[in-house]
Amino acid sequence: MSEQPRDNPLGQLVLVRFREYGREPEALFWSFGFPILLAIGLGIAFRSKPPDVAHVAVASGNAHSAAFVEALRRDKGLSVEELPLDSGRAALRTGRVAVMITGGANGGVKYEYDDTRPDARTAKLLANDALQRGGGRQEVIGAADRFVREPGSRYIDFVVPGLLGMTIMGGGIWGLGFSIVDQRRKRLLKRLVATPMSRAQYLASYIISRLVLLTIEAVVLIGASALLFKVPMRGSWLSIATIVVVSALAFGGLGLLLAARSQTIEGVSGLMNLCMLPMWVLSGVFFSSENFPRVVQPFIKALPLTATNDALRASMLRGVPFSALWPQLGILALWMTICFAIALKIFRWR
Amino acid sequence: MEGLRKYYDDVRAVDGVDIAVLPGECFGLLGPNGAGKTTTIEVCEGLLAPDAGVVELLGLRWDRDEQQLRERLGIQLQETQLAEKLTVEETVRLFRSFYQRGRAVDDVIHVVQLDEKRNARVGKLSGGQKQRLALACAIVGDPDLVFLDEPTTGLDPQSRRQLWDLITEFKRLGRTIILTTHYMDEAEILCDRVAIVDHGKVIALGTPPQLIASLGAEHVVKFALAPGAPALEESTLRSLDGVRAAKSVAGDYELQVGALHRTVPALLAFLADRHLELAQLTTHSATLEDVFVSLTGRQLRDV
Repeated sequence: MSEQPRDNPLGQLVLVRFREYGREPEALFWSFGFPILLAIGLGIAFRSKPPDVAHVAVASGNAHSAAFVEALRRDKGLSVEELPLDSGRAALRTGRVAVMITGGANGGVKYEYDDTRPDARTAKLLANDALQRGGGRQEVIGAADRFVREPGSRYIDFVVPGLLGMTIMGGGIWGLGFSIVDQRRKRLLKRLVATPMSRAQYLASYIISRLVLLTIEAVVLIGASALLFKVPMRGSWLSIATIVVVSALAFGGLGLLLAARSQTIEGVSGLMNLCMLPMWVLSGVFFSSENFPRVVQPFIKALPLTATNDALRASMLRGVPFSALWPQLGILALWMTICFAIALKIFRWR
Repeated sequence: MEGLRKYYDDVRAVDGVDIAVLPGECFGLLGPNGAGKTTTIEVCEGLLAPDAGVVELLGLRWDRDEQQLRERLGIQLQETQLAEKLTVEETVRLFRSFYQRGRAVDDVIHVVQLDEKRNARVGKLSGGQKQRLALACAIVGDPDLVFLDEPTTGLDPQSRRQLWDLITEFKRLGRTIILTTHYMDEAEILCDRVAIVDHGKVIALGTPPQLIASLGAEHVVKFALAPGAPALEESTLRSLDGVRAAKSVAGDYELQVGALHRTVPALLAFLADRHLELAQLTTHSATLEDVFVSLTGRQLRDV
């Protein structure tokens, strides 16, 4: 029997992770394709458009109708049509026009509109301005406009760091949770601990493969959104890399904790959803978490995904220096430490 | 192992098992499903902690020498599903990497006759091929002691025979094997010594020929009477020529006999005398199954 040099066990375990992952086309889609498709979809839905034109209607058959229409047409932000009173009001009810303009008392003007709709209020103000100017009003204070449409303040800029945070969370929790529980269910975990395999190396292989895959995922997502939408990267690569790595470790710990005892995929799925759903909603992935009441803010701020998203946005969009991000990184480090400590203590190796 | 006990709540899965396995022998734990075989073997493998008792393997103990023991044991578990997305070679290479010393990956794949399947995904293998791969993973560390838990359960006869050949081959290398099975033919063919286990206890221990000889009978005669016939007394049957023991279970009679050529004519004459009609008559050489039946009154399979 020949003595053979053996392969490095940690290297083999990490290779297994990549092989299992790479041979699962769905996994590739969910971690690379999905976030980019989502970013593209949202980018299109919320793309920066030229300013909206406000639609207003002027009631025909009025002595001043023609003068109103002429004055309103001078404002480029308004689209004007002349309608009989009945059909004009019908158009108002269906929202096709925002404001219906009729003649008022004493040669004045009357605006009919829904005051709870911001666009209707804007249209009324614009129309009123145009009519008053047409009537000869002089401005008391000279005013000029400068339009600022800069990358960094659009919706797509808000949502890309959120998607990156969501990807980190999903990768850590799904990537570890499902795979470990599946191995436990198939008794492969038990078979592995029946060998001299180092348990630390087994867990390390998951963390290492997660970090490598996440680096690729992050580069692809940030790169694609920079190319397609010019989403800015104002912070240094080093600080963003640090945020990504610390977050990945925190969510890896959480994934490990969720997978520590479960013997069935159904069981661990329930735990994962229970854990992730509140964060999808509360942690500011798609809309700002500031929308929630003040009393729950401390709780929201303590969630790991909130810390990740806040830190990523601060760094990417505002270029906040690394040293100012310690509260978020501290929260993530705390989650990481607590999750790993409990997970290792209660982990079921059979 | 000595005085091994493992309790689950109130169930005594293993209740005082004492076994000493000799180096180089193939030792079998034979018993019906639920007899405590797997629990016993998993305690020996250090995967379950015993509630009482001591396991000593190769002069080593789990509480002191776990790492050393793991290096020297080869283990096949019941119903392990290896990673389906890996190939045969990748799987064996992974297991090989865990051991300080061991056999060449190619060598082991060749031994278990999976050369042609080397690059096939594990998920695509047949049941027999998967069991052979599991065996490859058990022996790739060149172990001194191998545990095989139900190595052929659920396989077709051809695959079983193929695995028996591999195990016999491995035995020839002078390694010690401990296996569990509920097939008595498997135990008779592979095992040097067998412990028959039932309800967590060893109820018989010895070589297969010794155990069969302990019946005091080389043959078994089974018969049943036509419906409506009166029941026969066991004591009456025992008085027939050459019968060592007799048992009746729900209208079926079973006689353990030393010499078929004396008992069968005597039985036929006895029945003819009483005008009783035979519905069925079979005979076979005594097996370990008959040992189990005579000890417990139950069949191996139907428990």
